[in-house]
Amino acid sequence: MNETILRTEQLKAFYVLDVFGTQKVVKAVNEVDLNIKENEVYGIAGESGCGKTTLLKALVAAIEPPLRLIGGKVYYRVNGRELDVTALSAEDKRRLRLEYISYVPQGSMSVLNPVLKVKGTYRDFIASHVSGRIGEEAIEIAREHLAGLGLPPKILDAYPHQLSGGMRQRVTIALAALLKPRIIVADEPTTALDVVVQRGVVQLLKDIQQRLGNTIILVTHDMGVQANIADRVAIMYAGKIVEEATTEEIFGNPRHPYTRYLIDSLPRFGDKTMRESVPGSPPSLMDLPSGCPFHPRCPYKMDVCTRQMPGFVRLSTQHTVACWLVGER
Amino acid sequence: MERLVEVEHLTKIFSLGSVLSRVRITAVDDVSFYIRPAEIFALAGESGCGKTTTARMILGFEEPTSGTIVYKGKRDEASKPKKVWLTEGVQAIFQDPFATFNPLRRVDRYFFETVQNYGLAKSREEAVRLIEEKLNAVGISYAEFSGKYPSEFSGGQLQRVSIARALLTNPTLLIADEPVSMVDASLRMSIVNLFKKLKEESGLSVLYITHDLATAYYVSDRIAIMFRGNIVEMGPVEQVLMTPKHPYTRLLRESVPEADPKKRWKEPITLFELEHEEYLRRGCRFAGRCPEVMEVCRSQIPEDIYVDDVLVKCHKYAR
Repeated sequence: MNETILRTEQLKAFYVLDVFGTQKVVKAVNEVDLNIKENEVYGIAGESGCGKTTLLKALVAAIEPPLRLIGGKVYYRVNGRELDVTALSAEDKRRLRLEYISYVPQGSMSVLNPVLKVKGTYRDFIASHVSGRIGEEAIEIAREHLAGLGLPPKILDAYPHQLSGGMRQRVTIALAALLKPRIIVADEPTTALDVVVQRGVVQLLKDIQQRLGNTIILVTHDMGVQANIADRVAIMYAGKIVEEATTEEIFGNPRHPYTRYLIDSLPRFGDKTMRESVPGSPPSLMDLPSGCPFHPRCPYKMDVCTRQMPGFVRLSTQHTVACWLVGER
Repeated sequence: MERLVEVEHLTKIFSLGSVLSRVRITAVDDVSFYIRPAEIFALAGESGCGKTTTARMILGFEEPTSGTIVYKGKRDEASKPKKVWLTEGVQAIFQDPFATFNPLRRVDRYFFETVQNYGLAKSREEAVRLIEEKLNAVGISYAEFSGKYPSEFSGGQLQRVSIARALLTNPTLLIADEPVSMVDASLRMSIVNLFKKLKEESGLSVLYITHDLATAYYVSDRIAIMFRGNIVEMGPVEQVLMTPKHPYTRLLRESVPEADPKKRWKEPITLFELEHEEYLRRGCRFAGRCPEVMEVCRSQIPEDIYVDDVLVKCHKYAR
């Protein structure tokens, strides 16, 4: 088993909003414990509105008002030592970001400066993070990096708007990998992309992970993408992790009713029998149901589910689930 | 009536650039297909294949460069844009329901307006009954709909509301342009199941435009695969997607990620970086990345060839 590289302890991050004089609290990340290892692709799956983007922001220490850290901790393992990220200065955090942990946000077209050719963005990036490398040397580093990842170096001479959406996405991911960070966090990197282009993006992420031997944290609601690239998957619902297991276990033996729905609601080739989406909609994070947040939509709801949030039950060394249906082994 | 709508040799050429350097892109190139009553027909392909332009021509938003569109047997020559279609029973829904509705207007006002514009009811009570009937058909109650603004609905709900509005005129054809692309994968079933239900219960036909082959397989009867303006394969969905003949269809089909770790992609692919290069190719447009390319592919455009029930545009099948 690999070493832990990023760990969270009962992480709580809420948005505190003032709406016409009334305070509203959005419980986006609600007591989340994660233990992410070196050299793995860790997937976080969940529908829109489950809090996964906020969780990523907390993981990369980008918590800014109205988002507040209400409780819990985030630890990085840097050079053999565990660092409490929540206690770091802004300058230390800035240095960690990009060298240790880099973030590819959703809709990452905005990362590339639209008035610079791609090589300009790469050059600026290298110059501000690798001392001594400027100008032509920086571009040479960029060219080698792209060639190594199977991307045509001629894209360096293009403006972002001249590239297709899929190519811009791959350029942004390549940029995030440039300084060989120990962790790359990608938020819905394949959403809105065509299926063949999506495959290229996933392939790129896999290549990078294999070359650098680092960790990729991949957030996407697309279970097909998770199945293709993740080693382990955590299922997130209404600000909480409800199940976590290896990819084989999650797809082969899903125990949480929500996980089962997520998988069963996907159409499969060769099978035209009726499939159903999860009935209803995810709850508002401002107005969570009591007990287990999934109970209003759960076909197996019991009385205890409406009153108390279930704790985690360990089914095996690599599989935990939080559901009253699942007893101790 | 065997054919509800028939598109014949439809072509659309766009001219881009300045006076000094014009590039002509044939976005839709001699496309022909038909849709039967009570049938779900998928027009599938990736961005830039021409599927949306084709839909826009059928709806009358875009004028064809050449070709005809025949609806219920009534011919419409390419020279006249035909907006009367929308009263005759062709309605549409689009990718982003939040772009369809003005965020500052209550959604029910759109419904009452549609009822009034098309003269669908004689009193307010009748209007409410009609609206409620269509809302129920998409699984939404009048109570959860009345008085709300678009932002009070989720994306999936608002898309179902869009479908309800399209049903007000009792259309025979619904054109759905990427209706589930912006909806989470797990929620897509609720929308495409609706298409199936409406087809079975009221004989509605749907032109389902999408790049999501998995939902296309699940809900469609027949499918046409488009690539850079051409239909490269067309036929019953079971045959086209389970035993694809055209190398591009095969690539598309294999690239759909399956929710099964035992079925991971095995081979790496190369991606074409500058799309417009493929548009301007002589010969078969897929020749640049076709794993089975032959010499003739680079110089000659393939013919449309029938192999069993399936139409394929590929030199491999030439006799």
